Amino acid sequence: MSRIHVTATVNGDAVEFLADPRDSLLDCLRDQLNLTGSKEGCGTGDCGACSVTVDGTLVCSCLVLGVEAQGKTIETVEGLAKGAELHPLQRKFIEHAALQCGFCTPGILVAAKALLAENPDPTETEIRFWLAGNLCRCTGYDKIIRAVQDAAAEMRGAA
Amino acid sequence: MAKDQTQGYRLIGTRPDRPDGLDKVTGRARYGADISAPGMLHAAVVRSPHAHAKILKIDATKALALPGVKAVITRADLPTGLTGEDWNLQENTLAGEKALYDGHAVAAVAATTKLIAQDAAKLVEVTYEVLPHVTDVDAAMAPGAPVIREGAADHSVPEGMHPNVVRYMDFGHGDMDAGFAAADLVREQSYKTEATHQGYIEPHACMAQMGADDRGEMWVCTQGHWYIRRMTSAVLGIDAAKLRVTPSEIGGGFGGKTTIFMEPLALALSQKAGGRPVKLVMSRSEVLRATGPTASASMDVKLGLKKDGTITAAQVKFRMQGGPYIGSSPVGEALSCAFACYDVPNVMHEGYEVLANRPKAAAYRAPGSPMAAFATESLLDEMCRELGLDPLKVRLKNAAKEGTKSSYGPTYNRIGLVESLEATMAHKNLLAPLGPNQGRGVASGFWFNWGGETSVSLCIGEDGTVTVSVGTPDIGGSRASIALMTAECLGIAYDKVRVNIVETGALGVNEPTHGSRATFASGLAAVEAAKQAMAEMCRRAAAEWDIDAEAVEWRDGAAHPAGPNAGKFPPLSIGEIGAKMGGTGGPISGHHEVTATTHGASFGVHVVDVEVDPETGRTTILRYLVVQDAGTAIHPAYVEGQYQGGAAQGIGWALNEEYVYGADGRLQNTVFLDYRVPVASDLPMIDTVIVEVPNPGHPYGVRGVGETGITPPLPAIANAIHAATGKRIRSLPMSPSKVLAAIKAQG
Amino acid sequence: MRYHAPSSVAEAVKLAAGTTGITRFLSGGTDVLVQLRAGMVTPDDLIDLKKIPGLHDITKTADGGWRIGATVSGAEMRRHAALCADWPGVVEGMNLVGSTQVQGRATLAGNLCNGSPAADSVPGMVAAGARVVVTGPNGTRDVAVEDIPAGPGRTKLQPGEMIEAVLLPPRGTQGGDAYLRFIPRTEMDIAVVGVGISLTLDGDKVVSARVSLGAVAPTVLLVDAAAKAIIGTTLDEAALAALATAVRAAATPISDKRGTAEFRKEVVGVLAGRAARIAYDRAKGAAK
Ligand SMILES: Cc1cc2nc3c(=O)[nH]c(=O)nc-3n(C[C@H](O)[C@H](O)[C@H](O)COP(=O)(O)OP(=O)(O)OC[C@H]3O[C@@H](n4cnc5c(N)ncnc54)[C@H](O)[C@@H]3O)c2cc1C
Ligand code: FES
Ligand code: FES
Repeated sequence: MSRIHVTATVNGDAVEFLADPRDSLLDCLRDQLNLTGSKEGCGTGDCGACSVTVDGTLVCSCLVLGVEAQGKTIETVEGLAKGAELHPLQRKFIEHAALQCGFCTPGILVAAKALLAENPDPTETEIRFWLAGNLCRCTGYDKIIRAVQDAAAEMRGAA
Repeated sequence: MAKDQTQGYRLIGTRPDRPDGLDKVTGRARYGADISAPGMLHAAVVRSPHAHAKILKIDATKALALPGVKAVITRADLPTGLTGEDWNLQENTLAGEKALYDGHAVAAVAATTKLIAQDAAKLVEVTYEVLPHVTDVDAAMAPGAPVIREGAADHSVPEGMHPNVVRYMDFGHGDMDAGFAAADLVREQSYKTEATHQGYIEPHACMAQMGADDRGEMWVCTQGHWYIRRMTSAVLGIDAAKLRVTPSEIGGGFGGKTTIFMEPLALALSQKAGGRPVKLVMSRSEVLRATGPTASASMDVKLGLKKDGTITAAQVKFRMQGGPYIGSSPVGEALSCAFACYDVPNVMHEGYEVLANRPKAAAYRAPGSPMAAFATESLLDEMCRELGLDPLKVRLKNAAKEGTKSSYGPTYNRIGLVESLEATMAHKNLLAPLGPNQGRGVASGFWFNWGGETSVSLCIGEDGTVTVSVGTPDIGGSRASIALMTAECLGIAYDKVRVNIVETGALGVNEPTHGSRATFASGLAAVEAAKQAMAEMCRRAAAEWDIDAEAVEWRDGAAHPAGPNAGKFPPLSIGEIGAKMGGTGGPISGHHEVTATTHGASFGVHVVDVEVDPETGRTTILRYLVVQDAGTAIHPAYVEGQYQGGAAQGIGWALNEEYVYGADGRLQNTVFLDYRVPVASDLPMIDTVIVEVPNPGHPYGVRGVGETGITPPLPAIANAIHAATGKRIRSLPMSPSKVLAAIKAQG
Repeated sequence: MRYHAPSSVAEAVKLAAGTTGITRFLSGGTDVLVQLRAGMVTPDDLIDLKKIPGLHDITKTADGGWRIGATVSGAEMRRHAALCADWPGVVEGMNLVGSTQVQGRATLAGNLCNGSPAADSVPGMVAAGARVVVTGPNGTRDVAVEDIPAGPGRTKLQPGEMIEAVLLPPRGTQGGDAYLRFIPRTEMDIAVVGVGISLTLDGDKVVSARVSLGAVAPTVLLVDAAAKAIIGTTLDEAALAALATAVRAAATPISDKRGTAEFRKEVVGVLAGRAARIAYDRAKGAAK
C-alpha cells in the first residue's frame, strides 16, 4: 500500500509527510509530525479530544484523512500560544481549574477558540451546546464553562 | 491569593495555579500514547467475538507471513501454574481454554506500524466452539444457567447454590426481629443497577521494552505503577525488581486504571520481538468491551421506621456480578456502605458474588457504594413520603456521628455528616420554587476513603528549593495540593516546591491513586518527610551556632533560636542551609514510609431538582447541589472539581449510562455515541458547599474527597423523579423509555 | 485502499464506474471514516468529492428554490441566512447531526447515502419535497429524496452513481417547516424517533402538508395520512390528535439498544404534534 506525499501548513509551519490513505489526520499529526497535543479518545468523532481547525473550520482530526490535508492550513493546540504568551483561554483554564486530568483540554481549547471567533459573547447555553462534542469525564463541565466565559469577557475587553 | 474558608493557614485553602497546568494547556503533557522510542513496534490485540466459547485452535501463520509482523503471542507463551488473583489477571490478559466474554483477548501481534498490526490481528485465525452464555446477574444464579467456571466458588457459598455463585458473606449486629417489631412501618423492595464504565477519555496505553534477560521498562498510563509492576511480573513470571515502571500523565482513571488489562502483552511481545519497544494503545471499543466496568447489581432492601423517622432495623441482600472471576465485584464494599450514613441499632447484610460472561470488573469511584445507596436511599425516601416526613430531617435524626457504631462494625471517629446535612438544609437551592413536572430529591452518600502503603521522599536543593518525590499519579491536581502542604509545613512559598511523580525504582512501594488517598496519604507522608528535613536543618543550624539542636526551632522557612535562652543568632534560612549543606554533613532530605490507617470517612449530601417531560419520559437536571465534608480543603478548586465530577458521573449512571448486551452476549454499545456519558449541554452548573470537619488522623485534617460524590446522585435523582411524576423507578438507568412506561402504567 | 481526488463530476463518476471492489464516495467522511476505523467497511477505492468545483455551493435556483451542492457542510448551511429563513426545518435537521466538529464536515448527501433509517436530515428533506441530482455512467436524473433509501445502509443508487446536489423547492409564502427528534441526551445521539413536517397556510388553515418520519421503519417514511389529518384544519387539538394517530399507525419500529418499539410509537405521535406546531408558527411568522 503506497503512501501519499502531503504538504500542509500546521500552526504556521510548512510541513510535509507521507500518509497511508487509511491514516487519519490525527494519526499524521501525532505519529508523523510529533504533534501529540491533539489526543485520541475515541477515533470515531465522539469525544472531541482530537479537535483541530482545518482552513478555519473546527473538525475532529480523527474524522479527516491525512491525505485530505493536502494544501490545507491546520491549527492545533500547540499553535494556541503565541510564543511564551498563552492564549487567554489557556490562562483562564489554569486559573479556573478547568482541567483535572487534562486529557480533554487540548480539544476543548481549540473548540472554544473557534466558538469565540464566531461568537465573542456566548451564553452559557451556547457554550454548552457548542462544546457538546467535547467529552470531559472529570470536571462535570462547570469550571470549563466558567473559564470560557471569563476568557471571552477578557477578550472582548481587550478587543 | 484569595483564601477560602480554611482558617489558620498561610497557604492551605488557597487556589494557586497547578504546576502541570502549563504543560496541559499547551499540549506538551505526555500521556500514555504520547510516548515513543527508537525502533518502536506497534501492537494490536485479537479479541473474542463470543461471550463464552471454547478456544479450539489459534493459527497465526497468515499473520506472521504479513511483511512487517515481528511477533504474535498467545496464552501458550505465558508461564503456567499461577493461582488465585494472579491466575485471574493472567487469564484476563490472554484467554486460556475459553473466551469468557465478548472482547476477551486471545492473541496479540506486534508489527512495524499500527496499520500492519491491525491487519495482522485480523489474519490470526481462531477456531471457537461457542458455548451458552449468561450476562445478567439474576439469570446467572438461576437453576440451569450455563456454568462459567466449574469449581470457582470458595468455601463461603452455602450448599445447593448454582456454581456461578462464588462468594457469600453476611454480617450485622443487633436483633433484627426486635428491630422490625419496633417499627411503625416496614417496607421491602428490590432494585437493580446496570454496569457502567469509568469512561475516562484516555484509552489505556503503554509502551514496553524487555530483552531476553527479563529486564524490562514500561511507560504506562496508570493510577498505580507499583500495581502494574506487581501484576505484570506475576503474570509473566519475572522478578518485580527487573521491571521499571514509569507512569505517564494520566487521562482519567476513576478506579479503572488500578489494574492491568493489556500491559503484560506489550512486554511479552517486546521480548519475543528481540527486545524492540512495543506500543500498545486500546481503541475506545476495546476499552468498553474489555476493561473496567463496574459490577451490575440486584438488591433487596428492608427497612423499619418509627413514625418519628427513627430507623429501627435495616437489612439488605445484594447480588453482584463482576465478570468471570471471583473477587472482582465490590459486593463487600457495597454491603458495608449500605447503611453507613446511619446509626442503626439492628442491621444485617448478606451478599452473593456471581460470575457472568462479562468483562472483569474494576474499581469505579467508591466501588459498590453508589449501587447500595440507590437501593437504600430510594427506599428510605419512599418511606419518608409514606409517613409524611421531611427526608433531610429523617437523615439528620438518624445520622451517624463521632462515637456511633457504624453499620459495618467499627466506631466512627470525628465525621461530618451532621454538619453536611445542616449545611444542606441552610442552602438556598432548597428554597427554589418548583413548577409542574418538576421535583426535588435528596440523598446522602458515604465512602470509607483509604490510606494504604505510601512512600515519599523530599530533598532540599542547594538554593533552598524543595523537591518532593511521590508515587501516586496525579489525576486531578494532587501535585498542587501536596506542594501546598509541603510549603505550608516548611514555611516557604508554594512555587519553591516541586512535586514529581517518580518511577518504581525511586521509592518504596506505593499503592495507586485510589480510595481517595493521594492527597491524604502522599500529603501526610510529604509532611512527615518535611518535618524530618526540618529537624535536620535545625541540627545544621544548631551545629553552626554551637547550641543544642533542641534549642533551635523552625519557623517561616528558617531556623531560629528557640528563645532568648538559646542565644542571639540571626535566623538561617532554608536557602542558606541548603547552600552550605555539602560542607555541613551532606545532602538534606526527608522520607516517610507508612501504611496509613488514619484516613477519615467522607460523607456527602446531594439535592437535585429535575423536570420530567411527561410525554417522552426525558429527565432534565435543573439544579444540582453537592455538600460534602472534605476534612480540610487544601486546594478548594480541585475539591470542588471532585464534587462536580463525581456528581456528573452519578447523573450519567442514573439517567443514561448502561452496558447493553444483545441476545448473542455481545456488547451493543461500544462507542461513546451509544455509551451515553453526560455531555456539556446535559448538565447545569453544579453548586458545591465544602464542609470542613478536619480529620484528626491527618496533620492538616485532610479526608479524601474523590469518591463520595458519585454515590448520592443515583438515589437523589430517583427520588426527584418520584417527586416530579409520582412514579418510583427501581432500576437503573432511569432512561426515558423506562420513565415513560412508568408514567403510562396504571396507578 | 486507494484515494482519488477527481476534479470533476464526470471524472468521479468515471472512476466509480471503473472500479471492481468496494467503492465509496467521500463527502464529509463522518460515516466513511467511522466505518473504516471500526473495520466495518474498508473501501478499495475512495473517491473524494471535495476537490470538485461547484459541488461546494449553495445557490438560489431560477424557480426560487435552492441547490445545495453535495459537499456543502452542515456548518455552511447554518451560516447561510437566506437558506435558514426559507427552510429552517431542513437546516435544523442537518444541524442536529453530530457535534460542532461533525458539522464542520457532514453533508446532506452523505447523510442520505449512508442509508441510516435514523438519518436526521432526511425527514426534513422529504417533508420539504426535496429532490436530488443523481449523476452516473448513464447521465443525470433527478429523484425525490424519499426514493433514495432502500433499507438500513442501502440506497437505490446504481453502481457508479453519485449525488451532485440537493434541490429544495421554492418556499413560497405562508410556508413553514420543522424537524424534531428524540434522543436521551441533549446532543451527540442517534435519533430514536425523528419527525419532519412542512406545511403551508391560507390564513389560519393548513392547505398543504408533508409529514415524514425517521427511525421508526427500515427507511424514512412519507405519511400521506398524517398530512391529510392536518390539511384543512387550523391545527386544533382534534387535528393534532388525528396527526398523532396517523403517524403511530404508520410507524413500524423495532426495539433495539436505542429504544423500544412501544416507546418509539408513543413518542412519534408526541413529536409530530410538537413539530407541526413549530412549522405552523413559522408559517404564521412567514405570513407577517
Ligand atoms: C460523532 C458523530 C455523530 C453523529 N451524529 C449523527 C446524528 O445525530 N444524526 C445523523 O443523522 N447522523 C449522525 N452521524 C452520522 C454522519 O455524521 C451523518 O450521516 C453525515 O451526514 C454523513 O455525511 P458525510 O458527508 O460525512 O458522509 P460521508 O461519510 O462522506 O459519506 C457517507 C456515505 O454516503 C456516501 N456518499 C457521500 N457523498 C455521496 C454523494 N455525493 N453521492 C453518493 N454517495 C455519497 C459515502 O460513500 C458513504 O457511503 C454522526 C456521526 C458522528 C461521527
Ligand atoms: S478522537 Fe476524534 S473525536 Fe474522539
Ligand atoms: S479533565 Fe479529564 S477528561 Fe476533562
